[in-house]
Amino acid sequence: MDDILSILISKYNYWGYIILMMVGLYAMIIKKNLVKKIIGMSIMQTAIIFFYVSVGVKKNATIPIITHGHNGAADIVRASDYINPLPHVLMLTAIVVAVATLGVALALAIKVYRHYDTLEEDEIHDFLKKQVE
Amino acid sequence: MSDHFPALIIVVPLLSAFLIAATGWIRRMLCFPIAVFAMAVSLYSAVALLLKVVSNGQVIYHLGGWSPPWGIAYHIDYLNSIVLIVVAAVAFINLLATRSSVALEFPEKLGPFYALYVLFVTGLLGIVVTGDAFNLYVLLEIAALTGYALLGMGEGRAPLASLNYVFMGTIGASFYLLGIGYLYLATGSLNMADIAALLPEIYHSKVVLLAFIICMTGLFIKMAMFPLHLWLPDAYAYSPSASISLIAPLTTKVMVYVMIRIALTVFTPRFTFASLKVSTSFVWLAAIAIVMASILALSQRSVKKMLAYIIIAEVGYMVGGLWLGNRNGITGAILHIINDAAMTLCVFLAAGNLLFKLKHDSFDHLKGVFRKMPFSMAALVIGALSIIGVPPTCGFFSKWYLIWGGIDAGQYGFVAALIFSSLVNVVLFFRIFEIGFFEPAQEHHSSDSTPVEEAPIEMLVPLMVVAALLIVLGFYTDDIVNNIIRFAIPAGIT
Repeated sequence: MDDILSILISKYNYWGYIILMMVGLYAMIIKKNLVKKIIGMSIMQTAIIFFYVSVGVKKNATIPIITHGHNGAADIVRASDYINPLPHVLMLTAIVVAVATLGVALALAIKVYRHYDTLEEDEIHDFLKKQVE
Repeated sequence: MSDHFPALIIVVPLLSAFLIAATGWIRRMLCFPIAVFAMAVSLYSAVALLLKVVSNGQVIYHLGGWSPPWGIAYHIDYLNSIVLIVVAAVAFINLLATRSSVALEFPEKLGPFYALYVLFVTGLLGIVVTGDAFNLYVLLEIAALTGYALLGMGEGRAPLASLNYVFMGTIGASFYLLGIGYLYLATGSLNMADIAALLPEIYHSKVVLLAFIICMTGLFIKMAMFPLHLWLPDAYAYSPSASISLIAPLTTKVMVYVMIRIALTVFTPRFTFASLKVSTSFVWLAAIAIVMASILALSQRSVKKMLAYIIIAEVGYMVGGLWLGNRNGITGAILHIINDAAMTLCVFLAAGNLLFKLKHDSFDHLKGVFRKMPFSMAALVIGALSIIGVPPTCGFFSKWYLIWGGIDAGQYGFVAALIFSSLVNVVLFFRIFEIGFFEPAQEHHSSDSTPVEEAPIEMLVPLMVVAALLIVLGFYTDDIVNNIIRFAIPAGIT
């Protein structure tokens, strides 16, 4: 029991991202309103960004800029002193991608709204059924 | 110049896309020539790269001169040089073939359309050429986002179908990104060759297993593998035919390529087939996908929707071929990427021609269409024969390798599914031919007087070229397999 509890507590960042991601997926699958689905999509992408950022975090470390020069053994660069910048840099790109996706999704939602006058999926399906009849 | 082909193949279309978007404001007529130029450069570079790979082996290009663990490297080997040509050639032929239908459908939006078109191809070429896992994600999203826009440009139900595609596509891409995150966590590297070198020591780690499963799930969504295929039929059926004859042949096939790349190059065959005991279940999943998609195709009443379900079945072929895990199966899967791209292009271009003239593609509107549009229908017949798998056409040979691989692996369920799907395809296409050939057109009581109303010549010529290509590819199958695909399969696989 203690083991499980310590795993739960020590890996809280992963639990955070998993819960956020499931919230996003839930919204995308269950919600009938298209804008709510888009919000769910955004939450899910943000969860993955959080995951990457939490991977890069190191306790008691600083930004990866070497300030003390390279002279002598006393100034050897210790990797544990510096945060790995790569995950954060990758996430800059992923954020841009997420913004672009959100933009495309919202633009399509506008087009859907202009065509059907509603964003509720149920009403759109009713409309389509009537059209077929 | 020739040293920089791996970069040029991406950079030229990328920059032309912005140029096209700008010229769209000033002089709309120039958009098409610039797009043709960009696609021609890509095709030329792809052919040059294939020749280089065949004569010298793998080409590795370091972007900006930074060497791999830090910089991004583009790897071109036998596997992706052939897929590069497929992508570039399909994009080029389709660009020429759909000029009139684009001019008809979006007279005001030529600039945006061609800019998106070229960007989409850039994304796909980038996916194929890159040797960096995260780079692949970014290019995946470039291709996906432009794809959503291309599909959403249509009228009626297209935006809704496209929005559903956005949701599914984003889930797929996010899962892939998450899988790459776990791989990065385990290895500390994003370069594919680097990961492959670092992984063997930690094969038994649960993180690697999780990374593999999540990556594959994401890619299965992206390639419309059967239970995750729901976005595809609507998106493909309601969208403008000019964009669909580009997207349908390429998206799923490139995703299958990514799956093969991840399974064979990043996770080596030893991990994928030997230590991970999922091959059999994936082959069964593929068999179920083939059978279910074929049955669903039977219930459709319009040409495009039926073709969409056939694509889902074809994805099952390729996934099953890879997970058979033997030389013949994987040869069949890679060969089918090439052949299926050509076949899908052929049938969707023919469907586009029908739609261009008839305005409808439901089966009821096809009566007497053979008399009306003899050339388009002839091309459709060749494409159909290839999808069914009749010998001189290329579809036969990849199916032959797949069935052979299935028998080698003892997966008779998969073999049965392949044969079942061929039989269903016979029914599907001959139903169309029967309606088109024997049932007289509605508006004319005597069928002799139906005038020939073909699509314009610039749509017909590329279609005829593609149809001829199906037979040519069939004749040269041996050369493709012996000179290229044989080397694309890692040595450990028998």
